[in-house]
Amino acid sequence: MEAEVREIREHIGRFPPFDSLNEGLLDEVARSVEVAYYKSGSTIQEYGEPIETLRYVRSGAVEVYRHNGDLYNRLSQGDILGHTGLMHHRRVRFPATAIEDTLLYLIPAPVFDRLCSEDDNFADFVELSGPRLQAAVQQNERENDMMVTRVRQLLGRSPVSIEETVTVGEAARRMTDGHVSSILLLSATSAEDERGFVGTDGGHWRLAGILTDQDLRVRVLAVGGTTETRLVDIKHERLITIQSDESVYEAMMAMLRNNVHHLPVLHRRRPVGVVHLSDIVRYETQSSLYLVSNIFSQTSVKGLERLMPDVRAAFVRLVEEGATSQMIGQAMSSIGRSLIRRLIELAEADIGPPPVPYCFMVNGSMARNEQAISTDQDNALIIDDSFLPEEHDAWFADLAKRVSDGLDACGYTYCTGDIMATNPKWRQPLSVWKRYFDEWISEPDPERLLHSSIFFDLESVYGEERFVEQLQDRIATKGKQSPLFLAALARNALYRTPPLGFFRTFVMEQDGKHNNSINLKRRGTAPLIDVIRVHAIAAGSRAQNSFARLDDLSEAKTLPAGQADKLRYSLEFIAMVRIRHQAYDLRHDQTPDNNIEPENVSDGERHNLKDAFQVLSNAQKFLRFRYPMPSR
Amino acid sequence: MASSEKKATGSPTWRTFFAEQSRVCRDPALRQFYAAGVPDPDTPIQDVEMMALDFETTGMDHHRHAIVSIGLVPFTLRTIRPNAGHYWVVYPQRPLDEASIVFHRITHAEVANAPDFDEVLDEVLAALSGRLAVVHYRHIERPFLDTAVLARRGERCLFPVIDTMTIEALQERQGWMSRLKAFFGGKPVSIRLGDSRARYGLPAYSSHHAKLDALATAELLQAQIARHYRPETPVGELWI
Repeated sequence: MEAEVREIREHIGRFPPFDSLNEGLLDEVARSVEVAYYKSGSTIQEYGEPIETLRYVRSGAVEVYRHNGDLYNRLSQGDILGHTGLMHHRRVRFPATAIEDTLLYLIPAPVFDRLCSEDDNFADFVELSGPRLQAAVQQNERENDMMVTRVRQLLGRSPVSIEETVTVGEAARRMTDGHVSSILLLSATSAEDERGFVGTDGGHWRLAGILTDQDLRVRVLAVGGTTETRLVDIKHERLITIQSDESVYEAMMAMLRNNVHHLPVLHRRRPVGVVHLSDIVRYETQSSLYLVSNIFSQTSVKGLERLMPDVRAAFVRLVEEGATSQMIGQAMSSIGRSLIRRLIELAEADIGPPPVPYCFMVNGSMARNEQAISTDQDNALIIDDSFLPEEHDAWFADLAKRVSDGLDACGYTYCTGDIMATNPKWRQPLSVWKRYFDEWISEPDPERLLHSSIFFDLESVYGEERFVEQLQDRIATKGKQSPLFLAALARNALYRTPPLGFFRTFVMEQDGKHNNSINLKRRGTAPLIDVIRVHAIAAGSRAQNSFARLDDLSEAKTLPAGQADKLRYSLEFIAMVRIRHQAYDLRHDQTPDNNIEPENVSDGERHNLKDAFQVLSNAQKFLRFRYPMPSR
Repeated sequence: MASSEKKATGSPTWRTFFAEQSRVCRDPALRQFYAAGVPDPDTPIQDVEMMALDFETTGMDHHRHAIVSIGLVPFTLRTIRPNAGHYWVVYPQRPLDEASIVFHRITHAEVANAPDFDEVLDEVLAALSGRLAVVHYRHIERPFLDTAVLARRGERCLFPVIDTMTIEALQERQGWMSRLKAFFGGKPVSIRLGDSRARYGLPAYSSHHAKLDALATAELLQAQIARHYRPETPVGELWI
C-alpha cells in the first residue's frame, strides 16, 4: 500500500462511521480519496447544487447550515458532510462554509453508495437521526454484560447425574432428593472415547443426555412410559451443551435457538453444572434484589447509612454490565423506595401507629422509576380526610422529619425546592390534595405550575396506595380536558433547551456560542421527560415512567408516526451517557454530577448526542404548535 | 504590470523551447513530452492541469547523487487525485548511503530489486505530458530529472515548474515586516514543506515518501493560491 493511502486510511479509520468498516472497505475508501483545500470563509457547497462526493474534514473547521440559513452543525476533523445530499437526488441539502482553512477528503459517490449497501453500521450512521440513534441504543443493549460474564459464574452447585442404565423412577427420586428440575444422564465408556471424561469415581463416563421435569411428562408419561421405563429407552432430542467459559449471552442464545430451558455446562467434556433460563433472568437483577432485602433487615438509620456504598456499587455494576437506563432507573428507584419504607417502619416502631390512615408519596424521578445515583428527595404526605391538624399533625410532622433526615443521611439530600413532607403545605389530607390538583389544572398559571410540575409524577411508597391512585385518576381524566393546562405545561417544557451539539472540546449552542461543559440532566433528560409528560397527560395516560408513557403514546397514536420511538431512543441515549459518566465518577472516587465535559465524550457518543438533542429540539417545536395557548 | 513584462520575456521562451525540442529530439518519449506543450502563460491557474512531482534522492547534488523514488500526483485548483498518481522506486546507479535510508525508509532490498530509471522514464514523461509540474524546491526535481535523462537518452529534459517554496519565500520573506525582523537579527520563517503547510492549517504527514510529499505539495499550492492569489491568476505569473 502506498504511503499516502496509508496516511489517509490511518486518519479516517479513527473516526465513525469509518472506524467500524472492515479492512477491505476501509482500503477502498482510502484509495478512492481525492483532496481539496478551502480557505477560511470560502463556500464548500451551496444549496441545491449537484454533489458527487462525500466530504470528510481532514483538518480545519466547517459550518453547515439549514436551507433557511440557521446554523445546523459545526464540524472539525473526522466529521463528514454531504451525505444527506448524496442520498437525496445528489443535490446539496445543507450548504456549508469553511470557517477555518480546511482540507477535505472527497469520497466519490459510487464508493459512498457501496458503503451504504455493504455496511449496515455505515448506513445507519448516515441516515437521518432516528436509525442512527436507534442502532446505537440497540448496540448498547446487545453489548450487555451477558456477553462478558461467563456461564460458569452462574453455576451454584455441581450437577446431579445418574447412570443411564437405571429406571425413570430412580431418576425421579434422585431429582426430588436433590431438589433439581433436571438430571444429567451418563453412560459408561472406555478411556479411548473422545467424548468421555473421568468421573470423581475414577471411571470413564460420557454425557449421554439430560432429563427434565418436562421430559418426564412429555417423553415418558405421555407416550405410555412408567417408573420402570429404562432411561436408555427414552427418546431424546439432540443434546445441546455449552462450554463453561462461553458468555451468559451465548448460553441464552443457545437456549432460545434450540428452545430448551436447561443447558448442561461442560468444562471440556466434563459436566460442571446445568444452567436454567431463570438463572440468567435472576442474574440480571440479583445484586439490587440482594440490596433491597438487606435494607429491610436494618434496625437503625445508621445501619441504612452503612449500606450506601453497596448502593453505589450496585449502580456501577449495573452500568458495567451494560444495563439499560430503564433497568438502572428501576433498580435505583426500588432501592430508594425500600429505604423510605424501612425508614417509615423504623419511625412507626418508635412513635407508634398513625392516628389516621395516610399515604407516603414520592414525586419526580423516584415516582417515574428513573432515579439516578445523585439525587435529592421529593416526597409528600397524603392523609385521610378524618385528619384533625391540631390533634394529628404532630405525629405526621415527626414522621416526615424522621424520614427526611434519614434520607438525607443516606445521601438523598433535602429538596432545595422544599418538596418534602416536612413542609406543612405538602402534608395535607386527600381533599386538600384534590383541590391542589384541581387548581393546577383548571387555573394553570405557568409560573406556579413550574414549581408544581414535579407533583405530576407521583407514586405511593407506603400506606394507602388508593390515595395516590385517586390523584392519578384525577390528573388522567381532567388534565386532557384542559387545553389551558396543557398549554401551560407545554410552555414550561420549553424552558430548558438542548445545545446544537459539540465542536472540538466545546459544547456548541444553537446560536453557535461555545461552552465548556453541559449539564446533561438540565439540557437533555429533564426537558425530554417534560415533553413526554405533557403528551402523556394529554393522552390520559396513567403511567409515570417515561418509557411506559411512550408505550401508551404509541398505543394511543396521538403522536406523529415514529415520534414516540425517536423520543425513546433519545431519552435512553442521553440518560445512558449521563449514567455512564456518573459511574465513571464513582469509580474514580469523585462525586457524581450531571456535568459532562466534551473531551470525555467519545466520537460515537457525540454524533448520537447531537441526534438526540435534535430530536428534543424538534419535539419542543412540535409541543408549542400542538398545545397552543388558547386565546382568551 | 509585472505579468505583462513576464509575458513579453520569459513565457514565450518556454513555448518556443517546447516546440523546438519536439522537432529536434530523437527520443520518441521526449518528443511526445515536448509536443504536448505548455499552457499559454495567460491561462488562468484554475484551468491548468498540474502534476505535483517529488523525488527522493541519495543526496542533494545531482552530479553526485541519484534518484531513488518518484511520486506524481495530478491535480487542479479544485481537486487533487492521489488515486490517479504514480509511484516508482528505481535503482540508483550511485550508492545509497545509510543516512538517506533512514530518511526515506526505503531499504536496500527494495532498491536492489528496483528497475533502472531508464525503464520507468517513458511512463514518467507520459504522465508529465501536458501537465504543469509543481514542486517544493525547484533545485531538486528539475536538475535531477534533466541529468538522469541526459545520461540515458543523451537529450535534455527541461520544463517550467511552479515552486511552492519560492511562492512561500515571496509571501513570507518579502514583506517589510519580515525585512524589519531580519534587520534586527530575527530568524526568517521556515519555508520547508511541513512548516509552510502548517501556516495554512494543513496537517502534518507522518513520513517522507515521494508520493506523499507530492500530495503535500499539491495541497500547499491549493492553499497558497487560495490565500495569496486568485483562481484567475495567469499561470505565467506563477511558473519559473
